[in-house]
Amino acid sequence: MEINLEEVFQQKIDNEIKIEPRDWMPEKYRKTLLRQISQHAHSEIVGMLPEGNWITRAPNLRRKVALIAKVQDEAGHGLYLYSAAETLGMSRDEMLSELHSGKAKYSSIFNYPTVTWADMGAIGWLVDGAAIMNQVPLCRASYGPYARAMVRVCKEESFHQRQGYEIMLTLCTKGNPAQKAMAQDALNRWWWPSIMMFGPNDEHSPNSAQSMKWKIKRISNDELRQKFIDVTVPQADILGLTIPDKDLKWNEERGHYDFGTIDWEEFNQVVAGNGPCNKQRLKARVDAWNNGEWVRDAATAYAEKRAKREAGKTEAA
Amino acid sequence: MSNKEWPIWEVFIRAKQGLNHKHVGSLHAADVQMAIENARDVYTRRMEGISIWVVESKHIHASEPSDQEALFEPANDKIYRHPTFYILPEELNHM
Repeated sequence: MEINLEEVFQQKIDNEIKIEPRDWMPEKYRKTLLRQISQHAHSEIVGMLPEGNWITRAPNLRRKVALIAKVQDEAGHGLYLYSAAETLGMSRDEMLSELHSGKAKYSSIFNYPTVTWADMGAIGWLVDGAAIMNQVPLCRASYGPYARAMVRVCKEESFHQRQGYEIMLTLCTKGNPAQKAMAQDALNRWWWPSIMMFGPNDEHSPNSAQSMKWKIKRISNDELRQKFIDVTVPQADILGLTIPDKDLKWNEERGHYDFGTIDWEEFNQVVAGNGPCNKQRLKARVDAWNNGEWVRDAATAYAEKRAKREAGKTEAA
Repeated sequence: MSNKEWPIWEVFIRAKQGLNHKHVGSLHAADVQMAIENARDVYTRRMEGISIWVVESKHIHASEPSDQEALFEPANDKIYRHPTFYILPEELNHM
């Protein structure tokens, strides 16, 4: 009797049975996941850079400890995700070398500069907000290690968004006019890149259908984007800020906000490597890797030396 | 210059006294001491644990997914191993 592995696999998915690392899976499922999870990991790691930029200049100790904790969380999230990706058969070093060579992508949002303190607020509020919207459904992704990593990530992410919103709120309600203007300026610059984080429109997202069938993805790009906009508009109202979209208005009939046309040309340019900070971000990662080489080597040498010493002790006994 | 990747370690955390250590994930480290220190930073930033075990992944041996039926199916039809299999009078409360 011939058993069709692919059918059995799809049946498991349809019945909400998680796929684990050593289970049979179609090669394309493995590759799709590997690409998505490693990109996600790279995004967390590169995502430390724009905010790391402000740690030494945080306005007070409370903001500083929070920002350090947030950036440290991002390192942690990167590590959870790299571990999940490794279960699919690619080594950590291979993934890093794909990032460093430019072969692997990371979220385009991190190729924008953080020019004022208000950007720390806008990133936490909008970028982390959009990330949460994307990530919550991923906690139910069909691949066990990915879903488990996402559960941890989501638990930690909500502090990120709240600390960002609190920064905005302080600037807007307790700040002077210049500080409020700074908050508005940050919103103006981060709004469109944030809503682009959900990816191309559904009709231009060719891999989405397969990912939905495999339950890697549960909700479409456009649906998530709409959800994000619907929850974010009232949050901007509380801050007294204006979202930079003249077409943004409530549509009673749809029960959603209508919004303006996204400039996908800008998105494509940033993805292609022509964003304001692509080169700088990649250089920072490559430098960190190269400059850390002696540390990695020293730790390996020390571990080997210690193992040898331990072995000697056992023999002597 | 070694081109060697640090080995992978599996991390187990005891959330609080009285509970068993539970697998939480994995990480890379050059040796056991670094593995425990990294596990502290990666997996217990929010008071998730009070004790850490690390085991080099290569030392973990797993059953084959293809053996699942052979290994676990025999338990399926042994409902007499469960208390509800036994029919007792109602007046016999709480046994």
